[in-house]
Amino acid sequence: MPITKTEVEKIALLANLELTEEEKVSFSGQLAEIVDYIDQLNELDTAAVQPWSQRRAGNFDLSSATRPDQVRPSLGQERALEQSPDSEDGHFTVPRVIGG
Amino acid sequence: MKNRPTIEEIHRQYASGETTPSEVCREALARIDQTNGSLNALLTVMRESALASAAAMDRDISQTVREKPLAGIPVVVKDNLCTEGIRTTAGSRILGDYQPPYTATAVKKLLDAGAILIGKANLDEFAMGGSTENSAFGPSRNPWNEEYVPGGSSGGSAVAVAAGYVPVSLGSDTGGSIRQPASFCGLVGLKPTYGRVSRYGLIAFASSLDQIGPFSNNVSDTARLLGVIAGHDPLDSTSANVPVDDYAGALTGDLKGVRVGVPPECFADGLDPEVRHHVEAGIRRLEERGAQIVEVHLPHMKHVVAVYYIIATAEASSNLARFDGVRYGIRAAEARSLSEMYRQTRDLGFGAEVKRRIMLGTYVLSSGYYDAYYEKAQRVRAMLVDDFAQAFAKCDVIATPTAPTPPFRIGEKTGGPLAMYLGDIYTVTINLTGLPALNLPCGLSSGNLPIGMQLIGRHFEEARLLNIAFAAEQP
Repeated sequence: MPITKTEVEKIALLANLELTEEEKVSFSGQLAEIVDYIDQLNELDTAAVQPWSQRRAGNFDLSSATRPDQVRPSLGQERALEQSPDSEDGHFTVPRVIGG
Repeated sequence: MKNRPTIEEIHRQYASGETTPSEVCREALARIDQTNGSLNALLTVMRESALASAAAMDRDISQTVREKPLAGIPVVVKDNLCTEGIRTTAGSRILGDYQPPYTATAVKKLLDAGAILIGKANLDEFAMGGSTENSAFGPSRNPWNEEYVPGGSSGGSAVAVAAGYVPVSLGSDTGGSIRQPASFCGLVGLKPTYGRVSRYGLIAFASSLDQIGPFSNNVSDTARLLGVIAGHDPLDSTSANVPVDDYAGALTGDLKGVRVGVPPECFADGLDPEVRHHVEAGIRRLEERGAQIVEVHLPHMKHVVAVYYIIATAEASSNLARFDGVRYGIRAAEARSLSEMYRQTRDLGFGAEVKRRIMLGTYVLSSGYYDAYYEKAQRVRAMLVDDFAQAFAKCDVIATPTAPTPPFRIGEKTGGPLAMYLGDIYTVTINLTGLPALNLPCGLSSGNLPIGMQLIGRHFEEARLLNIAFAAEQP
């Protein structure tokens, strides 16, 4: 089943990826090949099977997944901003949000 | 490959004064200087800090070896493990010169156990790949033959051990990324049970599949490493609250009563005849040493790659959304708006394979396709978990090949992404089901390249799994 250029553009938009025209063509071909392959799962009757979730595997102790809602020391604003390409006044700075 | 000292042997030499951490560290750095330029195993080498740590340990080392299981042992970790203040790239350009403000728990545990961190290892970008050819910093090369891939995605970590830089290293495994490079480089590589090792500080690829694990030259060092890195971590809510066994103490080599399951589905057409030959020989060795061989069935094996590439890419598309130029890494300079900044940064920063997987993952999660792909895959995943539960009613460990072929040449796999994905057929099931599994070297191809066999255990039965591997490993 082919994946059209329009579909590729829609996916790219959802994924926040800017693709060249060349990439759109090559991705549509590659994705179509992969999707064709994964379509084989339709062979299987899974109506009676519950979707899996990792916590059902093995004897998983779920009590360790949560903790009391207590404030603990964390990174701190200064360290959190340290690696940003641009920051000012305790904030991450970015280009205009609206109107782009 | 020539005989490499075990950690126990190095510690013996430290205790007797035959050598010191500084000496061992200098030797490691000398070997790195000699061959890392061509092997490209390490992206960052921490020369000064390693030598300083080693020097600080020299004086009291004969005492420290009694207290710390990795005292004075140089190690390397995959560059998707965060190390505070040390550049961490995930094999990608998108993180720029990012220096994490924290250290991954597994790495911290190595350091607390006395290990000396000497380098960050090359990997396929964001751990997506099976050859380390997808690294933004060039491929790593197999020390057995530099024209060949070391496997991936933890290629650099495997090379660092196989080339004799360090006795042990850490990699990560989402679909085989420790086991397959271990197979290609002739090493023991273990992916622990999901939840056995904390993922805190591991740059996430697929959160329900990722696990950190060790590479080493022998099972005994693997057991020692696992003992150091395993354990519950409050910083990782998926880490299991299950006691850590004495893995090293479990290595008796006794196979009495052990049943080894062999699934014919993993020995069907398409398996390279040399791989088949050596893996079957490995299974026979287990039988000769006291194990019982039983046939088990994994009826849904043929669907595993499809299930994996739906779930892993879906999770990856979500996990990689954070790389957007805002908080860390590179940022597209010319963007006139926030959304342009996101798109351009990601276009500049991500390589082709990463983009492809993000696209595929976004597609299978998108409205109209979610039920047909993602939810369907999760149902088939449940069927795979059941297949193994049924098989493990009849056996204690399952033996399969690790990779369907011996190592291939750099640049050889030009048949498109799907051809590369099919190389994961024996390894991905393990991540989907959360089971522990390791690669054990079991022979050399006619081209003198390593071949390995995979041993799979029940959840949290690493002690039994390691013991069986230990028995198989004996000459």
